Amino acid sequence: MQIPASFDYVRAADVDNAIALLERHGPEARVIAGGHSLLPMMKLRLARPEWVIDINDLTELDFLVREGDVLRIGAMTRHTALLESAEVARLFPIVTDAERVIADPVVRNRGTIGGSLCQADPAEDLSTVCNVLAAQVIIRGAGGERVLSMPEFHQGPYETAVAQTELLCEIRFPVRPRSGSAYEKVERRVGDWAVAAAGAAVSLAENGTISHASVGLTAVGLEGTVSEAADILAGQQPSEELFAEAGRAAAAACDPMADQRGPVDYKRHLADELTRRVLRRACSRAAKTQEG
Amino acid sequence: MTTTQEHPANPAASDADRPIGFGRIQRKEDPRFVRGKGHYVDDITLPGMLHGAILRAPVAHARLVSIDATEALAHPKVLAVITGKDLQGLNLAWAPTLSADVQAVLVTDKVRFQGQEVAFVVAEDRYAARDALELIDVEYDILPPVIDARKALAPEAPVIRDDIEGRTNNHIFDWEMGDADETDAAFAAADVVVSQEIVYPRVHPAPMETCGAVADFDPIDGGLTLYETTQAPHAHRTLYAMVAGIPEHKIRVVSPDIGGGFGNKVGIYPGYVLAVVGSIVTGKPVKWVEDRSENLMSTSFARDYIMQGEIAATKDGKILALRTNVLADHGAFNATAQPTKNPAGFFSIFTGSYDLQAAHCKVTGVYTNKAPGGVAYACSFRVTEAVYLVERMVDILARNLEMDPAELRLKNFIRPEQFPYANKTGWEYDSGNYEPAMRLSMEMAGYDELRREQAEKRERGELMGIGISFFTETVGAGPRKHFDIVGLGMADGAELRIHPTGKAVVRISVQSQGQGHETTFAQIVAEELGIPPEDIDVVHGDTDQTPFGLGTYGSRSTPVSGGAVALVARKVRDKAKFIAAAMLETRPEDLEWEKGRWFVKGDPGVGKTMAEIALGAHGTVALPEGIDGNLDAEVTYDPPNLTFPFGAYICVVDVDPGTGHVKVRRFVAVDDCGTRINPMIIEGQVHGGLTDGVGMALMEIIEFDDAGNCLGGSFMDYLIPTAMEVPDWETGFTVTPSPHHPIGAKGIGESATVGSPPAIVNAVVDALAPLGVTHMDMPCTPARVWEAMQGRPRPPV
Ligand SMILES: Cc1cc2nc3c(=O)[nH]c(=O)nc-3n(C[C@H](O)[C@H](O)[C@H](O)COP(=O)(O)OP(=O)(O)OC[C@H]3O[C@@H](n4cnc5c(N)ncnc54)[C@H](O)[C@@H]3O)c2cc1C
Repeated sequence: MQIPASFDYVRAADVDNAIALLERHGPEARVIAGGHSLLPMMKLRLARPEWVIDINDLTELDFLVREGDVLRIGAMTRHTALLESAEVARLFPIVTDAERVIADPVVRNRGTIGGSLCQADPAEDLSTVCNVLAAQVIIRGAGGERVLSMPEFHQGPYETAVAQTELLCEIRFPVRPRSGSAYEKVERRVGDWAVAAAGAAVSLAENGTISHASVGLTAVGLEGTVSEAADILAGQQPSEELFAEAGRAAAAACDPMADQRGPVDYKRHLADELTRRVLRRACSRAAKTQEG
Repeated sequence: MTTTQEHPANPAASDADRPIGFGRIQRKEDPRFVRGKGHYVDDITLPGMLHGAILRAPVAHARLVSIDATEALAHPKVLAVITGKDLQGLNLAWAPTLSADVQAVLVTDKVRFQGQEVAFVVAEDRYAARDALELIDVEYDILPPVIDARKALAPEAPVIRDDIEGRTNNHIFDWEMGDADETDAAFAAADVVVSQEIVYPRVHPAPMETCGAVADFDPIDGGLTLYETTQAPHAHRTLYAMVAGIPEHKIRVVSPDIGGGFGNKVGIYPGYVLAVVGSIVTGKPVKWVEDRSENLMSTSFARDYIMQGEIAATKDGKILALRTNVLADHGAFNATAQPTKNPAGFFSIFTGSYDLQAAHCKVTGVYTNKAPGGVAYACSFRVTEAVYLVERMVDILARNLEMDPAELRLKNFIRPEQFPYANKTGWEYDSGNYEPAMRLSMEMAGYDELRREQAEKRERGELMGIGISFFTETVGAGPRKHFDIVGLGMADGAELRIHPTGKAVVRISVQSQGQGHETTFAQIVAEELGIPPEDIDVVHGDTDQTPFGLGTYGSRSTPVSGGAVALVARKVRDKAKFIAAAMLETRPEDLEWEKGRWFVKGDPGVGKTMAEIALGAHGTVALPEGIDGNLDAEVTYDPPNLTFPFGAYICVVDVDPGTGHVKVRRFVAVDDCGTRINPMIIEGQVHGGLTDGVGMALMEIIEFDDAGNCLGGSFMDYLIPTAMEVPDWETGFTVTPSPHHPIGAKGIGESATVGSPPAIVNAVVDALAPLGVTHMDMPCTPARVWEAMQGRPRPPV
């Protein structure tokens, strides 16, 4: 049994209460959602909050609704809910692809999208997904609500724009017509974090050319999306050569580190290989989608 | 051929077919496990029990300057902080290992590996004990570590074991088997010689239950009860008596349910000793249970062999000779659990299943600044490394000769008429019939069809590999004249008592960690006496309740203890004959046995069942001279030889050409463990071992950085396989009984762990053959496979 340092625990009743508790208990207070990132860190004593504020009763943050051109996802939505949603699979197959390879069922049943984004681990798959889908996030504090883009939200490994006394409440994915998306990850074993992963989203024009594209990479030292790849793809007819060019751009743009999962050249190779694969799949999915 | 479909869906529904003896029955121990009612060391709570926690060294090599425990001792819930200095006062700072070395219980002079035990806190609860570790102030003087075993013997290498008088280097032993000159001559005469460096990296047994102990020292009568995670309770008791000076009759070691051992729980860890010291110091029971990181970082690892292999053959594929030089990384203390006379365990079985003219191996053991232990992990005392070496070398030879690897093996097998077969390194293989097992595995796999499919896929640039491994193990140590552990002969005892109503209890000296002893050993008695297995209790794991013996590891339970149980049942049967004769008022020689009863020859209606005889034994029947009034017996079984299980494994993998990811698509395992006591348990053991094999072949490794930091200290870093990485196992069997074992059984516990890694790696290398790859070392992670595909495979150490 790995034993965390001692801490106090309180259950928040709703969002306002959670924010009030964060303000009351000061800088050493942390909210706990699924706990699948926070608890392991606490057990290893890498995190030592004095107060743990449980937000699992905040059912108002557990939702998945389409509103016009936006899919709204509550921060407390569990991985499993995302994985099992038919609507998500239809509109944003990249999410389903990613969820299938995030951890294992035990983790997915508890872990939340909000916790994933706030953890901002460089190998977190949903951060890449949200980058690629140009998600917006809604953050609330005592002073009210802020709406941020992913680049504004995600400030680097383990760093986000969420202040100590704020809560991430919602994630919004814009729905685009004739679009498709995909995610692919290489892992040493099911449930392991990515050696590297790539995600892509494309929209096609009437004539079949790519009207909009976005490519993101996981665990290879790249923040945000690969703008070079987006530029290469924009306005072009999908083709293997085009995907290859985008793949090369992705490999050049990333900055991986060697670790037990692999050396730099391998990870760079994966950035290339996986970019091609997800573009191929995203384009073919886009071509098949009728609806916006 | 067995498949999983054969299992009766509900054994209660088919009670009539329930075997009384050998056969497929569900495990007697499982109801408590599947209901969460197992009782493990950590479930034990004694009145007034305190909790211990160990402070571990953060660095691999450092001189200990000072320890200040003042603040920890001031913690309101802390009762004691024990340091190396305190142990020195008790003469307990160092303890003998199982390999004629000593190991520090707590650091006194120098830290020798990261995670080494530095101090022990005893507190009122576990939380306080853990918190107090942070209050101990330790000053270290960091020293350069020896991490790369290849550099351990360099003249400039720091000397790790300066605690040993006169030590000037990191050399532990050199050990040779076989005839070097004869082997050189065979190599000189060969058409083809192929050599390859083959690394079996350091892996960890990683049992689900970590190690722990509850020590209960009674200050009034001087008795010690020690609940421990141990695979060898009796050997532990004797060692504690020798080391701690507590008289043996005052020590009781209890090994309750054990959540997996795999060799990890053979040795005595400092934590166990510290729990005892903690109990003596405080006068209260002390529990110590390590956490996952402590288990991975400080307890017995396995393997860590760098093997230079060479194989010699004629150009038409007759294998002539094998030789190898091995560099064995033993870590900071030589604490491997193995028979005294075998510093490299049974590695000399590396001649495998082949009829060779000559063979020679040399193993050099070295110290490094890594955790000690070794030989653990379901390896039958280094048979794993041996089988991996020979099965890789044979495959490499096949590639070199452009021969099919199955064909090459078939051509070189020891032939059935050659058994008992004396190999070139001193083993006498008891029995074997290799070709039928090989052919069966090929038939089950559809070998020729697979090769056709592979050829088509290669045309399309797809990477599919087929890997074969044919292994022979040597298990069941052992004859006690050859094999002992710290002087204790490797024999095992059994006691059988038939109660007056015909129910029975058999007490054994081996200890289950999940192998199903409570079922298997009941079935052996059932087979011999005709008493249903459910009427036979199997008692194990408590030195007060069981006869002396050396415990469960190295697949020795059935070969040794299984023999003891069969023989003790026969002794009871023989005695029952005299009692039955008295009851029937006839002569013993007029009686005949059928399963469960003695009857009068030629008059089958007149007889006595075991239950009737048991009641007679304890009743008022006048017993013949020399027969006392019970139906009990005891034996100690010293096996005349080891047993030599074997098997033929075929693995099919697909490798993603873009990412190097390996998928094990199929795995066919044909095992021959002689007489099959409970096929369902055998299949379970095989399934588990194959899964282990996938782990080692594809993902498991304990790595260190240059500073000696262990990089495998959690399950995030040390990966073990899940159901998602393994295919549906296809198992089959042949039966070649052991001629010397009382029931013809051989061990099965480690066959699959031993046999599967080479099949998987052979398959991966076969898949990569079109890219010119001839070898790669484990683990075959995507990155490492990709590097091999680029023509630059990297040894893992
Ligand atoms: C074995 C294992 C394997 C895993 N594998 C993967 C993987 O392959 N890919 C992957 O992407 N992830 C993986 N994860 C992480 C998993 O997805 C986690 O669930 C996720 O990272 C965190 O979500 P959570 O709800 O559990 O967050 P928690 O652990 O509860 O919280 C994480 C952090 O976010 C903060 N936080 C949580 N919710 C909010 C909020 N609404 N507002 C503000 N701050 C908040 C917390 O204070 C904490 O600092 C793995 C986890 C485990 C245990």
